[in-house]
Amino acid sequence: MVNEATVAEPGVLEQRAWKAAATVTDPEIPVLTIEDLGVLRDIRVDEASGAVTADITPTYTGCPAMNMIAVAVDVALRNAGFTDVKINTVLSPAWTTDWLTTEGRAKLKEYGIAPPSGQTGRHALFGQDEVDCPHCGSADTERLAEFGSTACKALWRCRSCGEPFDYFKCH
Amino acid sequence: MTTLHIDDASPLVLYTLRLADNALVLGHRISEWCGHAPMIEEDISLTNVALDLIGQARMLYAYAGEAEGKGHDEDAFPYLRDAEGFRNVLLVEQPNGDFAVTILRQFFYSAFMLPYWRALMASEDETLAAIAAKAEKEAAYHVRHSAEWVIRLGDGTEESRRRIEEALADLWMYTGELFEVDDTERALIERGIAVDPATVRGDWERTVDQVFAEAGLTRPDDGWMQTGGRGGRHTEHLGHMLSELQYLQRAYPGATW
Repeated sequence: MVNEATVAEPGVLEQRAWKAAATVTDPEIPVLTIEDLGVLRDIRVDEASGAVTADITPTYTGCPAMNMIAVAVDVALRNAGFTDVKINTVLSPAWTTDWLTTEGRAKLKEYGIAPPSGQTGRHALFGQDEVDCPHCGSADTERLAEFGSTACKALWRCRSCGEPFDYFKCH
Repeated sequence: MTTLHIDDASPLVLYTLRLADNALVLGHRISEWCGHAPMIEEDISLTNVALDLIGQARMLYAYAGEAEGKGHDEDAFPYLRDAEGFRNVLLVEQPNGDFAVTILRQFFYSAFMLPYWRALMASEDETLAAIAAKAEKEAAYHVRHSAEWVIRLGDGTEESRRRIEEALADLWMYTGELFEVDDTERALIERGIAVDPATVRGDWERTVDQVFAEAGLTRPDDGWMQTGGRGGRHTEHLGHMLSELQYLQRAYPGATW
């Protein structure tokens, strides 16, 4: 099988595959790519056959976006000229918000979602994170609920500007 | 007949199914609140917890199928076993009752599972350790969420206090089963694969005592405890729950859409 993807230099194929897969965005938070999120873990291309394997990792065990992300990565790689594509789900090491890129955090804030801030350990039974309002920047905020519109978020409110907002939980 | 039997399951498969069944049955129970919770934030919270638990169950069932090697996928175990084939503890199958019952059941389970998952992260079994590492993070939120509500209900109004006290009287007898170990599991504990629940009892009691102190509740004496679920002897509630959960796959085996 000869196709466009199989005639490049070693390492170049991996870069091309990574670039293609990294364009896939989170279906619930479309400003973030799976690279920003740290969901895209690895890409391997077999130089001889051109077969590509993409490793992705779930954020939360029940995250319903994972199926869609797997399909979108498959499509992105095929569009980039790869015909033999395998999407592999890896569980270990467990995903953490520490993998969110600096760029990803900035994009979240711009989008109106407060990025994770880890001043309080998540194991502190009654502890709360200190979260700045993504709208006005005030630190005078309060948590409305431990959970939010997706598995990865909690619902907060700003006491200064009065706006409710999503907070991307530390994980 | 499409019923799946697990009588000859290996210790590892049985252990994995026990963990999976706990997560699935509680996840399904909480999902019954969807659209019925006392306020929108709580509706969203409970369904998020359900989602986490069902996610954990999926990974565990998939692994049980792999370890069993008979071609059963993550759907076969939840959909094709009769009630006596389930190995969950009785606590998680108890009906939702009022909000106090739901919250206290969740608190007892999560306060136990958080240190349990943390211990399982050191398992000699790489897959169980990997699943535990994910589940542990989720359990941390489940404990915090349910603990805050136990305090609010216990330290709230006369009505909320009456309800959480009734929930405590009803549910306490189901907590003993969390700490049971049989010979099958003992062998896995000795091989470093399973967790000995005795090692997390201290953590569990500390969490319960700390939260109960804030809530103005008293941890009852252990006394007589209910048992049976881990051996397949369930309360009548599980069958009713499964009749809903399994209806479609039992009526139309293999149906997809």
